[in-house]
Amino acid sequence: MHLKYESFVREPLVDNNKDYHQVSEDIVSPIERKPGRMWYVGFIFSVILLGFGIFSVTWSVYWGLGTWGVNRTIGWGWDITNFVWWIGIGHAGTLISAILLLFRQGWRTGVNRAAEAMTIFAVMCAGQFPIWHMGRVWDGFWVLPLPNSRGPLWPNFDSPLLWDVFAISTYFTVSLLFWYSGLVPDFALIRDRAKTKFRKMAYGIASFGWTGTAKNWQRMEALALVLAGLSTPLVLSVHTIVSFDFATSVIPGWHTTIFPPYFVAGAVFSGFAMVNTLLVITRKILHLEEYITIGHLEAMNKIIVLTGSIVGVAYLTELFIAWYSQSWGEMDAFKWRIMGPYWWSYWAMMTCNVVSPQLFWVKKLRRNIPFTFVMSIVVNIGMWFERFVIIVTSTYRDWIPGSWAYYSPEWPEVGFYLGTFGLFFTCYFLFAKYCPVVAVAEIKFVLKTSGENYKKKMERIDAMSTEDFVETVHTHHEPHHEEAAHH
Amino acid sequence: MAIKKFAVAAYDDEEVLFPAVKKVRGSGYKIHDVYTPFAVHGLDEAMGLKGTDLHIAGFIYGLCGTSTAVGFISWIYTSDWPINYGGKPHFALPAWIPITFELTVLFAAVGMTLTMCYLNQIMPGVKKHVFHPRQSDDMFVMAIELNSHMSEKEVTAFLKTTGAKEVNVQMAEEGWWYGRWDKKEPYEALNAG
Repeated sequence: MHLKYESFVREPLVDNNKDYHQVSEDIVSPIERKPGRMWYVGFIFSVILLGFGIFSVTWSVYWGLGTWGVNRTIGWGWDITNFVWWIGIGHAGTLISAILLLFRQGWRTGVNRAAEAMTIFAVMCAGQFPIWHMGRVWDGFWVLPLPNSRGPLWPNFDSPLLWDVFAISTYFTVSLLFWYSGLVPDFALIRDRAKTKFRKMAYGIASFGWTGTAKNWQRMEALALVLAGLSTPLVLSVHTIVSFDFATSVIPGWHTTIFPPYFVAGAVFSGFAMVNTLLVITRKILHLEEYITIGHLEAMNKIIVLTGSIVGVAYLTELFIAWYSQSWGEMDAFKWRIMGPYWWSYWAMMTCNVVSPQLFWVKKLRRNIPFTFVMSIVVNIGMWFERFVIIVTSTYRDWIPGSWAYYSPEWPEVGFYLGTFGLFFTCYFLFAKYCPVVAVAEIKFVLKTSGENYKKKMERIDAMSTEDFVETVHTHHEPHHEEAAHH
Repeated sequence: MAIKKFAVAAYDDEEVLFPAVKKVRGSGYKIHDVYTPFAVHGLDEAMGLKGTDLHIAGFIYGLCGTSTAVGFISWIYTSDWPINYGGKPHFALPAWIPITFELTVLFAAVGMTLTMCYLNQIMPGVKKHVFHPRQSDDMFVMAIELNSHMSEKEVTAFLKTTGAKEVNVQMAEEGWWYGRWDKKEPYEALNAG
């Protein structure tokens, strides 16, 4: 008897009648086919965007950052806005794979692979912004604590900007290890199925020679569990440290203790929105609706409404504290955010992040795919404006009224931002073509507890009284799943 | 590194595999290994394998990261190149917590992953014998090493009684070697017939 039991209140994680082989077939066969026209169109468009980004960055480096719209008053502008935006998006993957693993949320198995991939690509995009913002990028290695001929002068270990270097590089490395270690057994599956010589060779290398012995699985599971345990505080630390970039300074609007939890909630909020954006399309194109079900999308929408509300409370708390502090600098900063020349960015943020996600309290809307898709984009527009509000509308009117300024971006900044979309989607398209976008081995692991056909078989047992159930277990030494269902 | 003879049984369900493992062990046969498409919980215990100490290694790597961070930063700021930042103390431990934490995680994660690869003998370019082409798909494969004292017929007949869907005898390289997966190994010709 299969004693792993899951309540009928929970909807199946895998729809329809699937067995192990069918799972492999459904998820791996898109990799073995030639990609469709949609894939080529999307991929080429992404590469063009990436090319434009490279051109913009080259232009910025060649002529210097004078080509950007940033000035002495607003030094961070679009660049750091985009950095924080991307790094925030990069929080969902590890949250799904680590925190939801520790909380034993079975539904993570359907979405974790794609979400982790998204995380890695988003962090790659985020990393570009501080690097190219340095201007003299050839001196970029100065942020690393390397022995040098400048004293030896070391970086400032007490500075949040340096903490960021460590946080983001660690986050990227650990996410990559977590993601790839999960991919190894799935690559072995593709290798063993491969009909062509090249695929057999390439996936043979990518699978590290994995054969799936009991001991190998045991160690792999131990690794996954510890990596999950390590990644959980890690994912919280990364955006906390990003928020320190602002919170440890004395700029009105930045100098606040609420920033770490507020940033983490915002990061999860935007990250889940990006996961939804990608998965709504991925499941459709690769025909994975039975694995990435509406239930999965709904679960993520629930997290979006939760974190959106946390972010909303944080915005209101900021306003309250500005008033409560009776510090004129704080009060003016928030007054100008709401009513100053950048009022539109504040209200765009409020509408997209606080007001519109509240619609997800309605179950019908949570389970509506077009609505989910539109909302996922609205949320990310809102989160972009949040970072813009924090960065630009805290600095444009500083302590010296004589240096007050207005900022709008120049084309290389916009091109750079578009270029990171190119980088992100180029990577994502390659991932969707060459890697299983759903973790095959993990789906097989939950199939017998959460697959629709297997749950149906348990209906009989569910109807049994406890005494009868105990009876069936004890009268059969090694009763079989199907047998038990007949009693 | 040696080519040996194995009796191989393939099962199509982990619920058949468990009693089979029990039966094989109970009959005194030594299981070479069991290959599964996903992590089958409890299989390691059923086979009598010990638990892994990988997490202890991870803890030690983590401690190395912690001490590297604290040791390195405190050496720089108190002895190698002390700098006065706004009158703050040179030994500013609270300000080092973020980097210390990150290095702890980094060392533990990288160290553990590399240790896992080493122990599991997996690396790009490594090749191992695959007993059944569907052992990564939907088959659960058990291999028993046949030595000169064992009757091939007896073992295969016994394996058939354990609920196996397929039973056969194969020559296989038991360890790992560097090789290309698209190339057939010379010993595999022995299994062709």
